[in-house]
Formats: sequence, C-alpha cells, structure tokens
Amino acid sequence: MSAARRTPLATALRGWGGLLGIALLALALLVVAPAVLSDFRLGNLGKYCCWAIAAVGIGLAWGRGGMLVMGQGVFFGIGGYAMAMHLKLEAAGPGNVPDFMQLYGDGTMPGWWEPFRSGAFTLVAIVVLPALVALVLGYAILKRRVRGAYFAILNQALAVTFATLLVATIKQTGGFNGLNSFPTFFGYNLYDPVNKQMIYSIAAGLLIACLLVVWHLGRSRFGELLVATRDAEERVRFLGHDPANIKLVAFVAAAVMASIGGAMFAPIAGIISPSDVNAAASILLIAGVALGGRASLLGPALGAIAVGYGQSALSESFPNHWSYFQGALFIVVILLIPAGLASLPPRLWAALPRRGRTRKAATA
Amino acid sequence: MSTSRTRLAASTAAALAAALVLSSCGGSKSDDGSAAAADSCVDTSGDTIKLGFLNSTSGAMAISEQTVRDSLLLAAKEINADGGILGKQIEPVEEDGASDPAVFAEKIGKLLTSDCVAAVFGGWTSASRKAMLPVVEGSNGLLFYPVQYEGLEASENIYYTGATTNQQIIPAMDFLASKGVKTLFLAGSDYVFPRTANKIIKQYAAELGIEIVGEEYVPLDSDDWSTQVAKIVKAKPDFVFNTINGSSNVGFIKAYYEQGLGPDTSPIISVSIAEEEAPAMGKDVTGQFAAWNYFQSVETPANEAFIEAFQAEYGADRPTSDPMEAAYTSLYLYKNIVEKAESFDVDDVNAASDGVSFDAPEGTVTIDGENHHIAKTGLIGRINAENQFDVVWSSEGPIEPDPFLEGYDWWDPSAE
Repeated sequence: MSAARRTPLATALRGWGGLLGIALLALALLVVAPAVLSDFRLGNLGKYCCWAIAAVGIGLAWGRGGMLVMGQGVFFGIGGYAMAMHLKLEAAGPGNVPDFMQLYGDGTMPGWWEPFRSGAFTLVAIVVLPALVALVLGYAILKRRVRGAYFAILNQALAVTFATLLVATIKQTGGFNGLNSFPTFFGYNLYDPVNKQMIYSIAAGLLIACLLVVWHLGRSRFGELLVATRDAEERVRFLGHDPANIKLVAFVAAAVMASIGGAMFAPIAGIISPSDVNAAASILLIAGVALGGRASLLGPALGAIAVGYGQSALSESFPNHWSYFQGALFIVVILLIPAGLASLPPRLWAALPRRGRTRKAATA
Repeated sequence: MSTSRTRLAASTAAALAAALVLSSCGGSKSDDGSAAAADSCVDTSGDTIKLGFLNSTSGAMAISEQTVRDSLLLAAKEINADGGILGKQIEPVEEDGASDPAVFAEKIGKLLTSDCVAAVFGGWTSASRKAMLPVVEGSNGLLFYPVQYEGLEASENIYYTGATTNQQIIPAMDFLASKGVKTLFLAGSDYVFPRTANKIIKQYAAELGIEIVGEEYVPLDSDDWSTQVAKIVKAKPDFVFNTINGSSNVGFIKAYYEQGLGPDTSPIISVSIAEEEAPAMGKDVTGQFAAWNYFQSVETPANEAFIEAFQAEYGADRPTSDPMEAAYTSLYLYKNIVEKAESFDVDDVNAASDGVSFDAPEGTVTIDGENHHIAKTGLIGRINAENQFDVVWSSEGPIEPDPFLEGYDWWDPSAE
C-alpha cells in the first residue's frame, strides 16, 4: 500500500494501532486469563509469556534489524540461571550451600555464586550481565561486518557452546539436570497458588512492558534507522551513520529481553536446564517469531505464545505423534505465509474490494 | 542516536519499575515453609480410577521410555482383567515427557492437578525425576519411578522401583572383587548418574584394593569415544566400568572393538546395556557383562508369565528388560499398597506401604516404608550369542535398599 493511497484510518493505526493492540493483549493476559484459567493452565501461559518476552527482542533484532539471532538461548539462559542461582541460595538459607553441590561435588560453593545470595544483585545482573555479554560479542561481530548466514551460524554455535559448557560443569551449574526445586521466590512460597498467580502477573506485565519499549523504539528516529540499516546498510553508512552501532543497540536490547524472559521462566517452570537454553530451544524461539510475523509489533509475542500453546495442546491430545504435527505446521506456515500470521489481516484487508474499504474507513 | 539510547534506558527502567510494583502488590507472603498443598482432587467415587503414565514418546529417550510405557499398559490391562484396583478399573491418562525435564515438570503438574490422577508412573533420566520432584511434593501427589538411579534421594511422594546404588553399583564391584580384578577404568556419560556412581566406585575400590587407572566422560549426546578408548588401550585395565547411557554406547562399543579391545583383554561391565540395547550396538558384544536386578533369562514362574503376556501383546521378537520389569512391578505394587490401605489417599498409601510385597518377575520384592525403595537381588549377567544374559553371579538374596549408603562406613559423601 503506497503512502498516497493510505486512508486516514491506516495512518492513524500506524502510530496508535500498535498501542491499542498492546492494550488488548494486556487486558487478555492480565485480566481475562487469571479469571478464566486454572492455576495449572495459567502457569503454562506464564511459561509461554517468558518465551514471548524473548521473542519480542528477536522481533526487534531480526524483524527490524535483519540480524538472524539464532542463539538467544544463551541470553535466556543467563537470566534463567542467574535467577535460579538466587532461588537455590534462598532455598539453602544464609551461609548454606545448594543441595546439588553436596550431592555431586565436595560441598563447597564456587566464589562466583556468592553475590547471587543478594536479591538486588541478582535483579541487576539479570539486566546487566546479558547486556555486557551482548555488547562485547556484538561489537566484535558487527564491527567486522559479519552478516546474514555467517551471523546466524556464529550465534547458533554460541548456543551450542553455552549448553555444552553447562553440561560439563555439573558441580557448578547442576550439569545436564540443571537447577530446580525452588520453594520460594523472594520470600514468597511458590507452592501457594496466590503466589503462583503473582509471578504469572509479573511475567505478563514484563511482556507488556517489553512490547511498549519496542513500540516506542519503532516510532523513534532509532527505529527508522534500524529498518533502514536492515534494508540498505551501505546507504545508511553512506549517509554518515555507523550501521554497526545501530545494530548493536538492537542486539543488546534483544539480549536483555531474552534474559528477562529466562529469569521469569525459572520460577514459573520450576526448572532451568541446558535443554531450555540450547540450540534447539533457540531455534524454537525463532520459529515462534517466524510464525507470528517477525517484522510486526505483536507477531513475535503472539507467535511464541502460539508455539508454546501448540506444544502443550498437541502433546496432550496426541502424546505419541504430536511432534510430526508440529513439524508439518511449521512447514505449512513458512511455505504459505512467509511473513507470518500477523501478515494475514493486512493481506485480507488488501484483498477486499477498494470501494468497500473506503466506505468502511469513512464510517469508522 | 544518543536520545534514542536514553529513551531505551528510560523504557527499560520503567519496565523494571513496573515489575517491582507488580511484585510488591500481588501475592501473600507466608513464613510457613511447608507446602500449602491443595486438597486432593482425585475422584474415587466412580467405577474407574485415573492413573497417569508419563514417559517420553518423542525425543532422544523415546526409544527406551516407550518400552516402559508398553509394560505399564500391559500391567494395567492385566489388573483390569483381574477386577482392577479396589474394584475400580484403571483409566490410564498418557502424557509425553518429550525427553525434556521442563516438559516432565509441566506434564506431571497437569496430571496431578488438572487430570487429578491418583498416581503417576514414569520418568527415566535423573534430570526428569529431579524436575518432577518439587511438583509432586508441592501437590502431595505420588510418583512411581522405574529406573535404576544414583541414589542419595528419598522423597515421601516418590516410590523408587529401580535399583539404588547399593543394589547395582556395589554388587557389581563385589563381583569384580570376586574375579580378582586389580585395575579398573571408568567410562561414563557426563551427567549426574555416572558422576555419582563413579564417586561411589572410587571410594569402594579403595576399600577393595582395586586401582582406578582412568576416568573419562563424554556428553550424553556425543558418539565420539576414540580418544578416550585410546587411553583404555594404553592403561590395559583388567575391567572397564561402563556408566554410559543411551546411544552414546554405540560409539563407545564401536571404538572399543575397532581399537582391538575385547572381552578377553579388558572386558566391560555395563549398568545401562540390557536386552533391548545389546543387539543395537552394531558389534558382537558376546562375553561382555552387565549389572541389573532382572534379566529376561531369570527363571521364575512370574517371569515366564510376564514374558509370555508381553510377547503376546507386542510381538514375539520383543525382549523384556530391567526398567520394563520395574515399571510392570511398580503398578502391581501400587495395587497391593492401595488394597492394603483400602484407600487411594496419598497419606493412607504412605502409611500402608511398609512391607508390601509382590511376586515380581525378578523374584519377590518388598517395599521399605522408610525410604520408599524396594529390596532387590543384585545380578550380574554375561551376554550370550542370542543377545540374552546368562546369570553368572548373584547377591545372597534381596539387598535392603540404602539410598544414602548409611550402612557403608567407607562412604564419605563430602569427599571428591
């Protein structure tokens, strides 16, 4: 749709329609879902929200910035393990060592665990650690103008390395088993349904907050530059901007969002292990974003929630064959609607007869 | 650029603030550390009783866990044909753990609180059990776990029908000592079970005067053992203690035979290769050893009936193995406990479980009400040309379970 043909409604929607969408999603997640879903289903939705938070970041880095971030499991894991370490130390009590270190090791705790006793340090680390890692990695990768498939492969390799490292450090990180058994969350008993609902609300609230950040970025000058860099990097460079810096900001923001998602995943799922952060987990996040529509505002989040829900629902109905259905679904979507489900409404809108469209716009 | 960055920082700060506000206004803080378990939602009023079967039917563990699912379904069918549990027909609710601990945690939550099953049967890897433990404890449910494991655990809400270490690892070491083994090489997958098993093996070896001449780990999903096997060739141990799990065994066995090793030079004793796995190794493993508590070749009337029923249901070419037998046994043990307790209630079941026994295919097994494990006989089998195991050594009767190895004074959990 060219600018000349854009109706007043569409112009208005471009700016504020996104906000309306976020508001509707907030209503659904924060008001409707807690009222109608059972504790168990709400907990599952909380898990999907955590993936959605990471997906929103991927939407920014990949959809807007053109960087295929295939290794977001790493940042999801940094946040998840940081939170899980704090919860393990909280469960162990002051001065004590987490149970698994006594089981698998010699009962001594590595020094780098010690700061995570502090809740405040942990919360800061969940944001600052992934930002630092992404800054250093992103600087090294993007300044060298690594792009496209090479960027994706580098990211993917990172996720493989990270998971392998976790598996190999059984005495420090719980290895293949990961970290689990969190009785409390910052003092709140996690067996209590009221508190479970509370951490769900935090996850859903953080998802809404991340969406607002991306919505805001999309309207800013930075957002324009990011999309311009994606579409014509050399031209942006020619105009005097350094595309590496622009992409770096999006990469760091995506890393922080993935970390926040991981940090909420640990207490909601009750576990974080290498299989939640490895290459396969990273690809599943990407799949959700592709399904929903990577370049749209709500597409990545809704896609991630849909993938999570699809996994649960399909595997409950067909415990023996569900993974075939899931694979088939991905193939169908990528083949038939490559821009994701979010591209369907505008396409249907465009397919309407033009007269009907203007009349509808006029009455609106 | 700079303004956008400030805006980004501001937005992030706002998001965090929102989270803090949310966390401070929701929720009820409880100093009571004990689980605020909801009342049981299990429906015992009808003619049927729901039981959850949670095994991986997809992912890397599916090939093993599917066999456990098959024997659970067989046991349920037999019990139903025989009148059910307390007169109620078993209604199995099947779920897929997808070889992923987080999925196990989600699905056992669903089975216990949404489907309201009376008990759950399943799990294979230690990771899956550890992931399910807080959930089953939090909702005061019941889990029957059918696989040999690394011990050092005893939950009020879990029954362990596979061997703990003093029923498999320690008997295997006793067998090696009886054969006059002097040097031992440890090869394992890099996760909890092999690490813990080897910790026990090393301490017991010191006690028995066996020298450990090497210890190597490879990740669970890796098939490349050539470097590690080269070290075995160099060390020339009397025996190799194999705690490798899953398909990684295929790579190990391949490298082992290709580098000229064999049962005549440095024989292997395995704790994860059973009737199901032996023919899948890609090499002729005749003459190698395995430590279990059940072999298909065990001669008991109950085993004869079990094999006949299993092969009638699933095909004459299907072997039976230790975890399958432990799963089959677990359902019958549950039936016997419930019928002793005359109740499906978890607390009643736990109160009644001590001393409940069942004439299992492996022999009579009895529950220890204290630690929820069962007394089992330790067996060593030697693989024959038909990929079956000839029993070459057996413990003196069933061994009482001792998951924390409290009865072994050489055991020091805090040592390396």
